[in-house]
Amino acid sequence: MNDMTLLERGVQTDDIKISARNVEVFYGDTHAIKNVNVEIQDKTVTAFIGPSGCGKSTFLRCINRMNDTIDICRVKGDILLDGEDIYDPKVDPVQLRAKVGMVFQKPNPFPKSIYDNVAYGPKIHGLARNKAELDEIVERALRRGAIWDEVKDRLHSPGTGLSGGQQQRLCIARAVATEPEVLLMDEPCSALDPIATAQVEELIDELRQDYSVVIVTHSMQQAARVSQKTAFFHLGTLVEYGATDRIFTSPEDPRTESYITGRIG
Amino acid sequence: MSDATSGGAVPAAGSRRHGSILQLDARTKKRNAKEARFRAYGLGAIIIGLVFLVTLLTAIVSNGVGAFQQTFIEVPVYLDPQKLDKTGNRDAAEMAKVSTFGYTPLIQQGLLDLVDREGIDAPFEKAGDMKALISASAAAKVRDYVLANPDALGETRGFELLASSRVDGYLKGRVTQESVERDRNISAEHLQLADALREIGAIRKGFNSEFIFGADASESRAEQAGIGVAILGSFFMMLVVLAFSLPIGVAASIYLEEFAPKNRLTDLIEVNISNLAAVPSIVFGILGLAVFIEFAHLPQSAPLVGGLVLTLMTLPTIIISTRASLKAVPPSIRDAALGIGASKMQSVFHHVLPLAAPGILTGTIIGLAQALGETAPLLLIGMVGYIATNYPDGISSGFLDPNSAMPAQIYEWAKRADPAYYERAWGGIIILLVFLLTMNIIAIILRRRFERRW
Repeated sequence: MNDMTLLERGVQTDDIKISARNVEVFYGDTHAIKNVNVEIQDKTVTAFIGPSGCGKSTFLRCINRMNDTIDICRVKGDILLDGEDIYDPKVDPVQLRAKVGMVFQKPNPFPKSIYDNVAYGPKIHGLARNKAELDEIVERALRRGAIWDEVKDRLHSPGTGLSGGQQQRLCIARAVATEPEVLLMDEPCSALDPIATAQVEELIDELRQDYSVVIVTHSMQQAARVSQKTAFFHLGTLVEYGATDRIFTSPEDPRTESYITGRIG
Repeated sequence: MSDATSGGAVPAAGSRRHGSILQLDARTKKRNAKEARFRAYGLGAIIIGLVFLVTLLTAIVSNGVGAFQQTFIEVPVYLDPQKLDKTGNRDAAEMAKVSTFGYTPLIQQGLLDLVDREGIDAPFEKAGDMKALISASAAAKVRDYVLANPDALGETRGFELLASSRVDGYLKGRVTQESVERDRNISAEHLQLADALREIGAIRKGFNSEFIFGADASESRAEQAGIGVAILGSFFMMLVVLAFSLPIGVAASIYLEEFAPKNRLTDLIEVNISNLAAVPSIVFGILGLAVFIEFAHLPQSAPLVGGLVLTLMTLPTIIISTRASLKAVPPSIRDAALGIGASKMQSVFHHVLPLAAPGILTGTIIGLAQALGETAPLLLIGMVGYIATNYPDGISSGFLDPNSAMPAQIYEWAKRADPAYYERAWGGIIILLVFLLTMNIIAIILRRRFERRW
């Protein structure tokens, strides 16, 4: 059934992009993530749902090692990206984050021009040989971020002057400008109004053509709308993981059922 | 939801709620009175502060403004070639052998002749009686002129010379004919003569640029003393402070704030930096004496050493303010940079530091201003000496030659016996405050200009 749904949407998703095995995360003495095993497919939108504090954001931040920036955070277990352990001592998290981009809960454009916001990533990664190439990358990224038409006439005005929804799409454009393979989104719509949310959701669905997208969301409707796979987290454990349609129609675990029917969370 | 509230069993609260809103109830009245009282206290505090500020500024300006005015005497001096160039061949080396003692009688004679010519009735017959009117610095001025223009020998030239500090004080009202009764340097007759000379225009008050640009002078020549060389000393010290404390302070703060692991050691460092900011500055002075002068054998009284000592003192201020402005940059900016694969250093230098720059600059300028006004550590490294030399020639001597600094110079003047120096101390404070005010204004402008929103 899972395959059927995805085939209907016309995307090939057999490959496993990210595979987590026995992942445990500790914040100091707090055991935030307990033994999570999950396989995330390529060219698929995977949604992490669950009540606040269940560890879904923490787990998301493990995938591009953003948790390294938190001193007291320790991660155990293996997370494989294309079969390579991202917690291998030989891995430089900076190089990893160029492959695994991230969009944050609150739109956080740099206080620079729209152009510079998008061009920054390609610049530091040396993706453009000259100005013309950079211009092209910026335009392509802004088009992918579905914001090109709105900003093409004011590329050099500050990114912070855009509306919330535009800022978030700018951040998505900024993230895709570095040509990542995986895009992590931490509640990307929680600061947006319904119209902006709809635009971003549409964008996420398009991004699935090229990327493996992992999205953390509080809204079950959003998970149902944009994702093909859903993982339900509760109190630091992965309770249930499967095709979105199945999770929302016939959850196996009683906790999942309670959550999606509104009894916990 | 509980029974107690839903039952409506609280009639007291109910009745109060139903009172008219046009009538203040007792509680509201009390609350408003409290607020009014607090506002009055606050207003009172501000008024007291303002009164003190106004008093202070008035005192400084009224006491110090005199230092910017000085009394000059216009004296026609006959440059006698018999006395100034005994060999008669206008040889510069020979002429230089005549010291200022050779010039003094000529100047005094010139003034006496002027008095006679103008028919002023004065009980003075000897040229030496004029000594009390003219500054001891006059001879040097005439001598410098003659050495520069040997052709003037044999002619009578008019010189605008400084009047002695007593005469200057008399014109400014500091000295009166009664107050000089027991003064051995000057008599009431001299002051009467000064009045007469003033009437014919030979004595007048003028703007005293020497006070701003000149060097310090000896105890008996208050009229000649200026703060210029001390300003230069302060300037070179500030260069040293800026060159050392800004890079060291900013590098230390960035490391501590962005890179250092948070553990016992960094906690300890943090506490110590905060404590250092509160250490009395004289402690830094004695540290500088021990380390820079006695151990490293750097020259005494040099702006380089003064600057190093003040660097020690300024560092904590700069580190604390830099860390505060780094902390004020929202973490979302760091996340954004890291999230697209920037390294820690790129995220700090490309994004965090530019946003923190206005705060860092403001902190640095405030630290510099603090250092500029610091006196105590300079006492200990000898930067409070009597520096009557002229300007240091060249950059290296600017850093290494003995010099004073503005606050040290003011302190030095305030210590001296001649009341003329008291006025100069206040005048020096005006100049110091002008510098501090300028620095603070620059800090405000920088903050306004580079402030960005996110």
